[in-house]
Amino acid sequence: NLAAAGPEKFTLEYIQKQVEEYEIGKRHLANMMGEDSENFTQEDIDLFDFIYLFFLLKQICFYFQHPDEIFPKQRAVQWGADGRPFHFLFYTGKQSYYSLMHDLYGKILKIEKHQDRLRAKGLFSQDAQLISLGPSRWLTKEELELLLVETISTHDYDRFIKLMERMLAMPYSSTEEEFVQRYRRQLEAQSMKQMMPPLEKDENGVAFSTAEGRRKTSDSSVILRDCGSGHITINGQDYLQYFPVLQDREQLMFPLQFMGVLGRFNLECTVSGGGRSSQAGALRLAISRALLSFLSEGDGEAMRQAGLLTPDPRVRERKKPGQEGARRKFTWKKR
Amino acid sequence: MALHRLSLRLRPTVTHVRSLHSGGCRQQQEAVAVDSEPEPFSVFRTRESDPACHSEKHLGQYYTLPSAHIRTLFPSGLPWRYQQQVKTFNEACIMVRQPSLEVISYLKKTDYSKPALRYLFYGQKGTGKTISLCHTVHFCYTQGWLVLHIPDAHQWVKNCKELLPSSYNASRFDQPLQATTWLRNFRLTNERFLSKIKTKHRYMWTKREFTEEGSLLGELVDQGISRVKSSSDVVGAVMKELRLQSGQPGSDFRLAVAVDGVNGLWGRSTIKKEDKSAVDPEELTLIYNLRKLMRNDWTGGAIIATLSQTGSLYTPKSAYLPQELLGERGFDSMDPFIPVSVPNYSEKEFESCYLYYMDRHWLQHPQSRTEEGKKELVFLSNRNPSMLDRICGFL
Repeated sequence: NLAAAGPEKFTLEYIQKQVEEYEIGKRHLANMMGEDSENFTQEDIDLFDFIYLFFLLKQICFYFQHPDEIFPKQRAVQWGADGRPFHFLFYTGKQSYYSLMHDLYGKILKIEKHQDRLRAKGLFSQDAQLISLGPSRWLTKEELELLLVETISTHDYDRFIKLMERMLAMPYSSTEEEFVQRYRRQLEAQSMKQMMPPLEKDENGVAFSTAEGRRKTSDSSVILRDCGSGHITINGQDYLQYFPVLQDREQLMFPLQFMGVLGRFNLECTVSGGGRSSQAGALRLAISRALLSFLSEGDGEAMRQAGLLTPDPRVRERKKPGQEGARRKFTWKKR
Repeated sequence: MALHRLSLRLRPTVTHVRSLHSGGCRQQQEAVAVDSEPEPFSVFRTRESDPACHSEKHLGQYYTLPSAHIRTLFPSGLPWRYQQQVKTFNEACIMVRQPSLEVISYLKKTDYSKPALRYLFYGQKGTGKTISLCHTVHFCYTQGWLVLHIPDAHQWVKNCKELLPSSYNASRFDQPLQATTWLRNFRLTNERFLSKIKTKHRYMWTKREFTEEGSLLGELVDQGISRVKSSSDVVGAVMKELRLQSGQPGSDFRLAVAVDGVNGLWGRSTIKKEDKSAVDPEELTLIYNLRKLMRNDWTGGAIIATLSQTGSLYTPKSAYLPQELLGERGFDSMDPFIPVSVPNYSEKEFESCYLYYMDRHWLQHPQSRTEEGKKELVFLSNRNPSMLDRICGFL
C-alpha cells in the first residue's frame, strides 16, 4: 500500500487514511524513543536507520515519510455536489495555468498603478529597484507542470516565461519579488576555479603533489615531486618498459612539454585497469592535475584550454540486440 | 648549450680532417689549420681508432672502425640496425663507454697463464651490450688474438632447417648449415692463423677421409666447408684444438671467445625431432662443444659473453639479470664470472650521441635542433640507445 509506479488514482479518503496512520506511527515512534511526541518532526525520523525502524514497528516500511511526499499530487474533485465547478476558470480546461496568468497580469497592472502614483507625486525614477534574483533559473516546463498539477503545452510555457520577463523588466517590480521567487530555482554557484591538489612537503623538504585520473576503465594516481631529475616510475617499473609504444610515452610527455618543465619533476605513478591507451590517457590527466598546484593561474587556464584537464567522457557503447555491435548492423540480405 | 656551440665552431675542422681520414664523399671545405695534437679535436669524436689506446679521456666519444677491419672481423657480428646505420653514414663509429673500457683494461692486465676469465655483459634491452662486445672483440683483434666470435647463440637453437643425426655420437644432432656459415666466417676473420696452427690429434670423418696429426688448421676448416655433412664435427674439432693449444708454451696466440646471447646455450630450443618432441640444447653438437669451450679449464685467453633476452626462447620480457636469463644450470656452469652491467646512456653520452646525429645530418626536423627538442628526445627514449636510434630514425 505504498506509492506505486504509474499514474494510479488514489481516492481522497485513502490518502487521508494514510496520513492518519503516519501520524499515529510517528507518535508511537516518539513514545518508544522517549522523545517528545508532540514536536517529533520528519527530520528526527530521518535520523533512524530503516532496519532499526523495521524491528521497532514490526512492519516493513521502506519510507517513513509523510504521504504527501510519497503519493503524487492529484487534483481533488473540482466540482461540488450540485455539479458546479469551484474555480471560475474551470471551463478553460487548464484552470491553474490560466489562473496563474491572470494573477500575473494582475500583478503587472498593480505595478503600473504604483508607477503612476509615483509619477503623480514626482518621485518616479527610471532605473530604480529592479529585482535582484541571484544565481537562479526559471522553473522548467516539467517542474511547472508538477506545481500546477496539470499538463501545459510548450507554447503556454513560453508565454508564461515571456510575461514574467516583461514584469521583471518594469521598474518597481521588486514589490512582487516574493511572488517571482516562487517560480525560480537556485543554481549552485558554479565555481570557475579548478580543483587544485594541495602542495605538500615530505621529510626531505621536497615539494610534491598527488592527483588521480580516470579514462575508460583505467584508474591512475600520480605523485609529482619537484626534484629536478626527470625520473619516471610506473607501478614500480621503468616507464620505457611499461609503455614500449612511442604513442603512450608521448601522451605522458604532453602535459610536461606543454608547460616546458620536462626535466624538472619526478613522477611516481600507479595505474590499473583498461588497456594501454586508456592507461596512458588516465596518467596524462592525473599528471596535468598534479601539475596545477606547481603552476600559476594563467598556466592552469592554458592547460584547461588545451584540453588537458578535461576527463574524456567516452566509454564503450553497449551492444544492442538485433545488431552485431554497438553500431554495426548485421549484413543486410535482400531476401 | 656550450657543447653545441663548440661543435659548430669546430665543424669546418672536423670535415677537413675527416676527408683526410676515410675519403668519404663530402664537400671540400677550404683548408683550415688542423690541430696536430692527437687529443680529441671535437667533443664527441676521437681520432684514436685503436681500442688499446682508449682510456677514460675518451669516454663518451665516438671512434671510427677502419672498414677493412669490419669486413674481416664482423661478417655477421654486428646488430642489424647498426649495419644499416654503417651503410647510411658510410662509416662505422662506436662510442667508447665504461663497460667495454673496463673489460679491455682487465684484458690488458690479466695473467694469461691462469685459467681463462669469463666476462659477462648484462643489462636492459637495447642498452648496448652487443656493441660493447664488438668493441672488446675489436680490441682483441687489433692486439693480434685469435677471435672465436659466435654472433648469436640463439640462432643455433631455433629455426633449424636441417637436422642430421650426428655421425660421431648417435644421441646428438648436427646442424650442417649453421656450422658451415660459421666456419666460413671464422676463416675470414682469422686468415693469418690458419696457416700457423697445427692440429695435435688425428680426426676421422668417414671411413676414407681423415685429417692427419700435424696438418694445418686451414685444411681442417676447408674440410668442414667442403664436406657439409661433417661440418658440425669440424667445428667441435676446431674448438677442441684451439682450447688445447692456447696457453701452451709453444703457441704464440691468445684465444678470445666471444659469444652473444650466451643464455641460449642453457635455455630451451624450438627445434623438434621427427616425433615432435623438443630437442634439448645439449643434444646439439654445436651447443655441446661450445659449452665445453665455455668452461674455464683452459689458459691463455678470455671468454667474453653477452646476455640477450631479445632472441631468447621462453623467457619473460622483463628478465635481464644473469640469474634469470641463464637459469640454474647456466649460472652454475658460468660461475664464477665477472658481470659487467651496461646501463643506459649517461647525460654526457647522450649529448655525444645527439651531436653525432647532428653532425651526420640525421636529425632533419627543425625542432630537434632546439633545446626543447633535445629534452623531448631524452624523455621519449629515457636515454636508451636503441630507443633513441629508433626515434631519431624518423625525425
